Amino acid sequence: MIKKITILHSYKGWLFIFFLMAIATVLLPFLNIFLPEDSVLHIPDYMFALMGKYLCYALVALAIDLIWGYTGILSLGHGVFFSMGGYAMGMYLMRSVGKEGVYKSDLPDFMVFLDWKELPWYWYGFDYFAFTLLVILILPGLFAFTFGYFAFKSRIKGVYFAIITQAMTYALMLLFFRNETGFGGNNGLTDFKRILGYSLQEPSTKMGLYIITAVVLFLSYLLSRYIVQSKLGRVLTAIRDAESRVMFSGYNTIHYKLFIWTLSAFLCGIAGALYVPQVGIINPSEMQPSNSIEMAIWVAVGGRGTLSGALVGAGLVNGAKSWFTVTAPDYWLYFLGALFIVVTLYFQKGFVGIFSHFNSKGKVREST
Amino acid sequence: MTGVHIKDDSIDTTHGCILYIEDVTVSFDGFKALNELNLYIDDGELRCIIGPNGAGKTTMMDVITGKTRPDHGTVFFGQNHDLTKMTEYEISHAGIGRKFQKPTVFLNHTVFENLELALHTQKDVWQSLTKPLTGKQKDTIEEDLETIGLKEQKNLRAGLLSHGQKQWLEIGMLLVQDPRLLLIDEPVAGMTHQETEHTAELLKSLAGKHSIVVVEHEMDFIRSIANRVTVLHEGHVLAEGKMEDVQNDPKVIEVYLGS
Repeated sequence: MIKKITILHSYKGWLFIFFLMAIATVLLPFLNIFLPEDSVLHIPDYMFALMGKYLCYALVALAIDLIWGYTGILSLGHGVFFSMGGYAMGMYLMRSVGKEGVYKSDLPDFMVFLDWKELPWYWYGFDYFAFTLLVILILPGLFAFTFGYFAFKSRIKGVYFAIITQAMTYALMLLFFRNETGFGGNNGLTDFKRILGYSLQEPSTKMGLYIITAVVLFLSYLLSRYIVQSKLGRVLTAIRDAESRVMFSGYNTIHYKLFIWTLSAFLCGIAGALYVPQVGIINPSEMQPSNSIEMAIWVAVGGRGTLSGALVGAGLVNGAKSWFTVTAPDYWLYFLGALFIVVTLYFQKGFVGIFSHFNSKGKVREST
Repeated sequence: MTGVHIKDDSIDTTHGCILYIEDVTVSFDGFKALNELNLYIDDGELRCIIGPNGAGKTTMMDVITGKTRPDHGTVFFGQNHDLTKMTEYEISHAGIGRKFQKPTVFLNHTVFENLELALHTQKDVWQSLTKPLTGKQKDTIEEDLETIGLKEQKNLRAGLLSHGQKQWLEIGMLLVQDPRLLLIDEPVAGMTHQETEHTAELLKSLAGKHSIVVVEHEMDFIRSIANRVTVLHEGHVLAEGKMEDVQNDPKVIEVYLGS
């Protein structure tokens, strides 16, 4: 087993990954805790919630790369799986508020506001973290499996598949916008107080969540890497390139597509669950069609079918977004649109592709 | 996510035939691509199928491999596999390999990986994730590389191969599937004279071990490999027999060779 893991990367690759992990989980917290606040190298507390958010996005990008980059199935509805994980976590966080809400009631504030007298049945169980965790790990995958089963069985592909995933996320967004649905309507779930007894306002809790997110991302990356380097990964790219040839070679491609689609939704759901306590809110706007499209853009910008490209893309686009929304908020969407067009037209292998292009050019020069 | 459900893996060929196509009709919007087609292929035979464009050759291949369902008629592989009730991958597992008209290999995979993917083995998700190639399987692939003459291109991306090499790779992929019956659609289209000769040699060496059905237009090529030739016309068999006999058949001359 250990040998199987070590061959996932070259020696240099592993060194690089551990270097990154050490910076993220040891050096940055160290700089925050032990350096005085006026030091140039001090990392302020708020940075950890921000970085934690980026790591969640990176996990989403990783999930989309598996299904789109490797298997060629473009999903424009991953916001749904993200939101499912997010809402499940949000429900737990709402329940742990207890009677400290604005109305001092045992019910979540929005239910009191709507004059509901008791908890709807589907909120039962979210008092317990273990139950919530189970829902987070099972529900997005189960939903994706059911959806995918019918879609793949009917041989829905390409643009048609992308469009029905858009319709799916749009429909669920409308459903969640309704107050009667019981998830807080357009305000969603917010004003969380604590997770597992730890106050969410405490910097130490935020740092803990950030480190957990980093570790989950690391493990998810290794799992994805293991999959794409196995024969399973080669079957997936073969499905992307020539599906009928794969079928005539004796593979039931429906099983393969379902597997990777479900796994992708599973990872996306975990990302949503980690995102909510760090950002402090989940509402139906996460299911806006444009949000899911943006997720696909992260992968396209970073480079499809490379895993590392997805991680880089999520970081780059969201970094740019954070910068733009502060300095020139009106121009962000124009920039995003232009970025997508330029990448699609001129850099189909994305940012990572540009990088490796120059890298290999350099190598050729050395050898001549 | 379990494997494939085929109850009986063996092919019953006690009557000497490996493929039975009986009274098969396929129509697209009223146009009958196959019209009461009857065709029998012997076990171990190398059969060539010719016919003008639109004679139904490719549709026949589609019906055999499960891509198209016939309106009526039966298609049996051996005496015990009803192909009209099986999916593409089940048919492939039962032992029918198909080479498409346009070479379809996995362009982003290396030659070796292409063969690895085609190799006859358990093909469910879990096996693919956890079972790397065994030494014996690697040997099988190496032997196959030798047969199709692509040993030196082993680690080359298939997209970089020449047209002829892609055709051979695809034939090689069929061979490692270890099929009983090979369906080969226009193997020498777009090949140079030399490549055509090489392909003829390759196919002749395979007959006997496998039953082979070749659809082709190129007459010289057919003459060099075929024992028996079937002429299709408007979705049914017009003539069948030795190449010389078929060529002299006045019906055939009228619809095809004479024109």
